[in-house]
Amino acid sequence: MYDTVIIGGGVVGCAVARFLSRFRGSFCLLERENDVCCGTSKANSAIIHAGFDAKAGTLMAKYNVLGSRMMPELARELDIPFRRNGSLVLCMDRADLPRLQALYENGLQNGVEGLEIIDARRLHEMEPNVSRSAVAALWAPTGGIVCPFGMTVALGENAIQNGVEFRLGTRVSQVRPGEKGTWLVITEKETLVTRAVVNAAGVYSGVLHNMVSKDKIHITPRRGEYLLLDKSAGETVHSTVFQLPGVLGKGVLVTPTIHGNLLIGPTAQDTEDFEGTNTTAAGLAQVRERAQKGIENIPFRQTITSFAGLRAHEEGHEFILGQPRDAKNFFDCAGIESPGLSAAPAIGLEIANQVAQALKLPEKEDFVPTRQAPIDPRKLTKDQWADLVRREPEYGQIICRCEQISQGEILAAIRSPLGARDLDGVKRRTRAGMGRCQGGFCAPRVMEILARELGVSQKEITKAGGGSGMICGRAKNEV
Amino acid sequence: MEQFDLVVIGGGPAGLAAACAAFDSGVRSILILERDRELGGILNQCIHNGFGLHTFGQELTGPEYAARYIRQVRERGIAYRLNTMVLDISREKVVTAISRDRGLSEIAAKAVILAMGCRERPRGALNIPGFRPAGIYTAGTAQRLVNVEGLLPGREVVILGSGDIGLIMARRMTLEGAKVKLVAELMPYSGGLKRNIVQCLEDFGIPLKLSHTVVDIAGKERVTGVTIARVDGRGTPIPGTEEHIPCDTLLLSCGLIPENELSRSMGLELDPATNGPRVNQRLETEIPGVFAAGNVLHVHDLVDFVSQEAAAAGRGAARFLALGEDTSCQIPIEASGGIRYTVPASVSPREMEEQLTIRFRVGSVMNNRAVAVYLDDCQVYRRKRPVMAPGEMEQVVLPRDIFRAHGDAKRIRILTEEA
Amino acid sequence: MEKRILTCIGCPMGCQLEVTLEKGAFASVTGNTCKNGARYAQKEVTDPRRIVTTTVRVEGSRENACTVPCKTAQDVPKDLIFAVMEDAAAVVATAPVRIGDVLKENAGGTGVSLIATKNVN
Repeated sequence: MYDTVIIGGGVVGCAVARFLSRFRGSFCLLERENDVCCGTSKANSAIIHAGFDAKAGTLMAKYNVLGSRMMPELARELDIPFRRNGSLVLCMDRADLPRLQALYENGLQNGVEGLEIIDARRLHEMEPNVSRSAVAALWAPTGGIVCPFGMTVALGENAIQNGVEFRLGTRVSQVRPGEKGTWLVITEKETLVTRAVVNAAGVYSGVLHNMVSKDKIHITPRRGEYLLLDKSAGETVHSTVFQLPGVLGKGVLVTPTIHGNLLIGPTAQDTEDFEGTNTTAAGLAQVRERAQKGIENIPFRQTITSFAGLRAHEEGHEFILGQPRDAKNFFDCAGIESPGLSAAPAIGLEIANQVAQALKLPEKEDFVPTRQAPIDPRKLTKDQWADLVRREPEYGQIICRCEQISQGEILAAIRSPLGARDLDGVKRRTRAGMGRCQGGFCAPRVMEILARELGVSQKEITKAGGGSGMICGRAKNEV
Repeated sequence: MEQFDLVVIGGGPAGLAAACAAFDSGVRSILILERDRELGGILNQCIHNGFGLHTFGQELTGPEYAARYIRQVRERGIAYRLNTMVLDISREKVVTAISRDRGLSEIAAKAVILAMGCRERPRGALNIPGFRPAGIYTAGTAQRLVNVEGLLPGREVVILGSGDIGLIMARRMTLEGAKVKLVAELMPYSGGLKRNIVQCLEDFGIPLKLSHTVVDIAGKERVTGVTIARVDGRGTPIPGTEEHIPCDTLLLSCGLIPENELSRSMGLELDPATNGPRVNQRLETEIPGVFAAGNVLHVHDLVDFVSQEAAAAGRGAARFLALGEDTSCQIPIEASGGIRYTVPASVSPREMEEQLTIRFRVGSVMNNRAVAVYLDDCQVYRRKRPVMAPGEMEQVVLPRDIFRAHGDAKRIRILTEEA
Repeated sequence: MEKRILTCIGCPMGCQLEVTLEKGAFASVTGNTCKNGARYAQKEVTDPRRIVTTTVRVEGSRENACTVPCKTAQDVPKDLIFAVMEDAAAVVATAPVRIGDVLKENAGGTGVSLIATKNVN
């Protein structure tokens, strides 16, 4: 029997796992995909919101601001890149100035630090590519950018270091009460008995919740489409630039990513398809059209990929956190849509504390809060780098040309505690294949390395687990 | 720090030819840096024939063509390093490279030839909506998997783009037992050579759908099908013309982009028409002593012309090493009448080899035109061209004497006229 | 008299050829710019042939090569292309292989050998 089973290996599930691992107990995280960070957590704006947007008094506002405040320390502990590049909300029309003022005041109420309304002159000094028709902006210096994969993997690895068991490729079909106040978590392979359950199942969090509670909730997958541009376009803007929803409609954000690309999106389209992460011609056109209203000179020719994510939109547009009144020791993290990534650390901390309190789990003395990131040669000086290659020649063999990722980094990603098992896993951990050729050169080589490391044939190598095989067979056998 | 007179970045067809030509012009201290495990570049995976007609008067396969140049490099004793990735080149021509064997090292060069080649345009750049499952490959990636790794990436294939690599892979996948359902081409004409349409598509009954594109990709794990649609004159899909094609693989052959990250990091400005640096008549970029040739400069159709161009760069580098910077006056070549760009972009009439080859592409299909070159207002070249298309590189060869005869010309213009 | 339009595959120019046939036999050709074009036209309407290029598996390579590229030493009848491929599928070469090495004689019953086009050590 487990003390707690966490369902879902997104950023929230991994954050809960990490903070829960501060306590003594047996914990298990279940993830249906071949890797963590495969759902909502992987396809979003990759930003840590300052917290001015969520309506004052809501859980969204509370946990967003708390999460944002936790980020600098968490990033240090987990050795992940995080940068407070600041956020701007553009006001494109004088008629919208009262709305900008209202947003400012909402932010103040939420406790966001450093907010200012700036005039057009200062705005254009800060961001020369902002449209000349912008009249003012809200400036939030605590807005930040982060790598959602890096953050989720780091949280997961730190949880594993501290004793949490991760089961990937494990789909939960049912959760129901067991004997003596326990819960049964039924997967395709087996039934787990646990004292508590954490529901961090993303767009499926409503389905899980509704299995155990009479107070039904309704989660709709809301699709958001994005364009990602090459690093050569990464300096189009320096801060994360939003547009104030106003008389001209709702805008999209334009932001540099922590790795230096330019990210633009999202759209917002409700869908019935819980797996509907497809982009659409109309959606991508909308992203382009809306972005240009706020930012000029976006080099769309430098687009290297487009993608879509699904947000778990709860009909009341609010996070649902903690135990439903009729399901003791079942802890919801449901309806976690934007600003979910920003709120995730605070949600993880809160839910872990609630679980520990409910189960009376004692704190661990030997909890290790720090996790060491794999070596990133680009952060070394030339001398250190040269030293590294002398010690470990694998770091001298470049596999991904666009991002200059070495075999050493790919091996480290596969051999780490929460190791990559497919091409996407390698890509998200190392960026091999994430550059401008999108894996054209390196995919065959990464497949070779994965096959060798995992001890399987290349035919078994997948893009992202399941039926996503890259190869149909050996040439010649098909004749 | 190690020192070489000439460092050649890339050991593909351009790098090999450039190094040999530099050697033959007297340069002895040459180093070729190649990121792959063997010399020859992309030719090693281009196992089909059709290379070398101009250079060797023979139809060779890619590996055979490469082998001839590799032999020339070995015969001349030119040094090369494999599995070596160049990370950075400074404006002072210090090359930072990394490899397993030598680690991170810096090499000081007096002259550099950029010969990094090009890469394929990926799906994202094509803006194709839909899911992102396994089974979407650029044609070149599929070519490597089949020809080098001996792996078959798919059984039922749709190819988007009728560039030569796409056409070649249509045949190759068919020979290996896959079913190629069709090749869709956005433009109303093919981007590949006519003979490849005959011997790669028509021979095997593979339909070529001109003015068509892929508008949706289905399949959450592996591709299960694509939707194609007819496009209008501006390339926009026409609603109501969609057709779903079940398949497990989509190959993309939609253009090549010169691989100029190193050039950019040196501060070289790229010509938006070629995505490559601008060069003068000796293939020298705006940084003295830095030369460029082959697909890194502008995407070629035929490797023979890559070799020719690269040899000129090799001779140019030799001249630079022997005589120093070319300080003579450069005259920009003015292109008009549908000519999108020229390589070289400028010439110095006083610094000319025996003949000058100007390579260019046109922006649209043109019938019954003539290409003409003017020095000031004097026409010095005119040749009829029954058909010119963006998919086929054109060239004009001008003997040096023409420039001698117009020694004080201030303008050079190249244009197309009524035939 | 019958006319057929062909595209010459002899070189990248891709000349459009107009072949005249008399009672099914080649009579004349126009549109070619060289002798090879005329030869191609005559062959294409009477005995169409192609060079087949493919790969065969290789074992024992020091460079860890999996395949060695190869081609038919001459062009082979078009309708025997797949017979050549079937034979190629059964060949396993042993490294080292040199350019021009015969990997399979009489490939696909064409009487033409399959020869290596790359040195593999």
